[in-house]
Amino acid sequence: MALLNIEVDGQTTQVESGRTVMDAARQLGIKIPHFCYHRKLSIAANCRMCLVQVEKAPKPLPACATPAAEGMKVSTHSEYAVNAQKAVMEFLLVNHPLDCPICDQGGECKLQDMSVGYGGGASRFKEEKRVVANKDLGPLIATDMTRCILCTRCVRFGQEIAGIMELGVGGRGEHSEILAFVDQTVDSEISGNAIDLCPVGALTSKPFRYSARSWELTQHDSIGAHDGLGSNVVVQVKQNTKVMRVLPNNNDDVNECWLSDRDRFSYEGLNSADRLTTPLIKENGQWVEATWVEALQIVADAFNKIKDVQGADALGALVSPNSTLEELYLAQKLLRDLGSHHIDHRVRQSDFSLDAVQTNIPWLGLPVAQWPELKSCLIIGSSLRAEQPLLAVRLREAVRNGAQINLINPFVDDLAMPVAHQLVGTPSQLPGLLAEVLQAVAALQNVTVSAALQPLMSHAPSAVAQGIAESLVNNSSCALFLGCLAQHHEAYGTLYAVTVELARILKAPFGVLGEAANSVGAVLAGAVPHRGPLGTHNAPGLDAQAMLSSPRKAYLVMGLEPELDCANPAAALAALKGADFVVALSAFRGQTPNWASVILPVAPFTETAGTFISMEGRVQSFKGAVAPQGQARPAWKVLRVLGNLLELQGYDFESVDDIRAELSHDLKALTKNSLGNELAAAPALKVRASLGTIERIGEVPVYQTDALVRRSPSLQASRLGSTVEVQINSALASRLNLKCGQNVRVRQGQGVAHLVLRVNDAVPDGSARVPVGHPLTAQLNDANGVVSLEGAS
Amino acid sequence: MSLLSPQSIQRIDHEIAKYPADQKRSAVMSALRIAQEQHGWLPRELMASVAEHLELPAIAVFEVASFYEMYNLKPMGRHKLTVCTNVPCALSGADHFCESLKKKLGIGFNEVTADGEFSLKEGQCFGACGDAPVLLVNNHTMHSFMTEEKLDALLKELKS
Repeated sequence: MALLNIEVDGQTTQVESGRTVMDAARQLGIKIPHFCYHRKLSIAANCRMCLVQVEKAPKPLPACATPAAEGMKVSTHSEYAVNAQKAVMEFLLVNHPLDCPICDQGGECKLQDMSVGYGGGASRFKEEKRVVANKDLGPLIATDMTRCILCTRCVRFGQEIAGIMELGVGGRGEHSEILAFVDQTVDSEISGNAIDLCPVGALTSKPFRYSARSWELTQHDSIGAHDGLGSNVVVQVKQNTKVMRVLPNNNDDVNECWLSDRDRFSYEGLNSADRLTTPLIKENGQWVEATWVEALQIVADAFNKIKDVQGADALGALVSPNSTLEELYLAQKLLRDLGSHHIDHRVRQSDFSLDAVQTNIPWLGLPVAQWPELKSCLIIGSSLRAEQPLLAVRLREAVRNGAQINLINPFVDDLAMPVAHQLVGTPSQLPGLLAEVLQAVAALQNVTVSAALQPLMSHAPSAVAQGIAESLVNNSSCALFLGCLAQHHEAYGTLYAVTVELARILKAPFGVLGEAANSVGAVLAGAVPHRGPLGTHNAPGLDAQAMLSSPRKAYLVMGLEPELDCANPAAALAALKGADFVVALSAFRGQTPNWASVILPVAPFTETAGTFISMEGRVQSFKGAVAPQGQARPAWKVLRVLGNLLELQGYDFESVDDIRAELSHDLKALTKNSLGNELAAAPALKVRASLGTIERIGEVPVYQTDALVRRSPSLQASRLGSTVEVQINSALASRLNLKCGQNVRVRQGQGVAHLVLRVNDAVPDGSARVPVGHPLTAQLNDANGVVSLEGAS
Repeated sequence: MSLLSPQSIQRIDHEIAKYPADQKRSAVMSALRIAQEQHGWLPRELMASVAEHLELPAIAVFEVASFYEMYNLKPMGRHKLTVCTNVPCALSGADHFCESLKKKLGIGFNEVTADGEFSLKEGQCFGACGDAPVLLVNNHTMHSFMTEEKLDALLKELKS
């Protein structure tokens, strides 16, 4: 690429051909005022604020849209340029209400800042200003459309980043306004970024509205706690006591400047009325408040007693993969020191056949920042926009660069980007579909599939499978990923094994999309039954499912709502209720009183220091932004004291740093060396015909991933959060004599869920999408089982 | 459920065929015109049907429909009279002409007469400045060099 010499404000630099004056100035660290320009969005050049003087040009030119040319001399702050910028500012302010004192953007407003630099002291505009009606864009984005300067950043964000154009410019000239289609709200899973993008106070955060001024807030760097990406965030706190909002922290290797709505608005749950602020114990069948000393002593006594009478084998621990590395490490240390290996964080998983053959820690297989360079990829079993909203953004960029996206899913998924091939079948058909692709790839590459997988090679590849195979074979830079639907699949081991073989033949990277903030960290910390910290192998304990199917006498449950978070809520509740003793470490009351014996209030991620290891193996530590509410304490401190009370050795940690140091002095190197998706041997394959009449597709809804997200009223009120329905295709609906929109009873085992039916031909025949993790479906059992449907009035 | 009639769909498909297969959106103006001819104006659901047929986001269709004067976003009279009020027409008497038109019909811009016969709209340059002032009936029939007499005759003719 030819380099051009360009001079900006007397400084010379070189930029690639095709770059703009704005790029050159940014390269030199020169700031040119602008509103509509954004480095991640296409160029609109409609605000005109970035007008600069270019030598020999007859008029001022917009820096954002003027291509750099050889020998170009630009002045960004000459009198000529500044006069042009001031003139633009005067026009921008003509219709702006100047209501900064009552505007939520006040103090963090580009227009306000810029008008200090370029605006006049008084307006020459004496005529009536225009007024624009506000729009209802849903529970997340508040509007004051009169303030809008029509930069169209929000519109371009929808088109280019979110992949769905939800906002547009209606009308013309002075009557132009930003709006959604008649009566529609903005429903994207990353819609909140439009709030950050808006340079004025037209789009502001509805949950945050009128609650604080930006200068009242202290900033605390933290990490997003709801998916495996490890988004960098800023937690903003008022008066050192209350988290007021969460914003993205720019990190081009991780989340860029974006944040998913889940990570942005989940903070509302921190201040939920359901927060636990004091330890609770049971006295004569009644829940009463207790001191920490009392409550912890009860736990220690109970654990000691059960260990002495029943043996350590009677103890088990179920922990949340959204817990910090330090919490998970201490939880497993406690359990293992007591003599039990029954600890697991994979509560939604139902096939653990890989445990025997997987020595390293499964991870993404490819750094996130390299996703946009992919030319082809295959994603197996993932509702990607719900699971990984910002990975979908990276894929959209890849598609813009010419990549082909291929999917194998239990329903036709709308990724808000062009998809090259989509192979769809009921859950029980997925391994067969993936095997078809393997067969086609092997044929194209003229290699033989390993003997272990031969039993799967029965069907001739379909045209779509052939298309996927060709897409993967013909694009050298390809990758394979297993999503959460695959990880929760009852034949996950088989899906994984076929993926390994595909990757081997294609010489392509492959990986798993980390479900939770610390899915990788949890394995590293040893919060799995088959692998201690640092990869030490003990006699394997019971996994999350086995611990429930062969119940323990005592459980430690950390950060989970078992009735929502477990693959089989009914079995989980039965096991917990049947146990002699259950201690719950939880930030929220929720349903804990129904199954716990002692409830210990612990701090959510904003109230404790800790570490998350993202799905790409990025080790990110953070400090607490506020003190724990009430009597709540960080879970690591609780576990530490519990260790002391149990008279175990080596529980004298003063801080999370001490815990990390015990694990490793170089956590980054340890993580790097521990990651690996290869298998030591092929796992036992599961090949099974259809499960039965209606197979359940049990996906986790986007705003039901964990206890904190469930308690964000705004997320729950959004369209994505409030839509809970069972979906079947029209053929099945007509066989069952059911109509779209009617109430139905979904039965599974002893459980019944009352849901609204939506007929959706994206669902394959013989299966039904019945979400898991939602209170409305908590009565059902296996996420992978069969269900029956019947009409209800 | 598309609100477009089979005839409209056939006509829209004819327009779509004029553009490359991956650029269906190029036919959005024609499609809206055809939809409006079918229904008289463009209610929300009809725009949504156009969007669906062209595989466009609904808001992208709305942007176009709200930008151009000739699309009716609310019901109009049987005869929609659009008068150009841009500079050449204004200099040739369009202002006075509009005033008398408003008086004769008893309505203002963007309104419909009580009998549903007429509605009045302010238009932007029709590209016929040499014929100023100009008036357009139902987006299709242009009337040049308008005068009071010509107007009376036109209204009489349209009413009959």
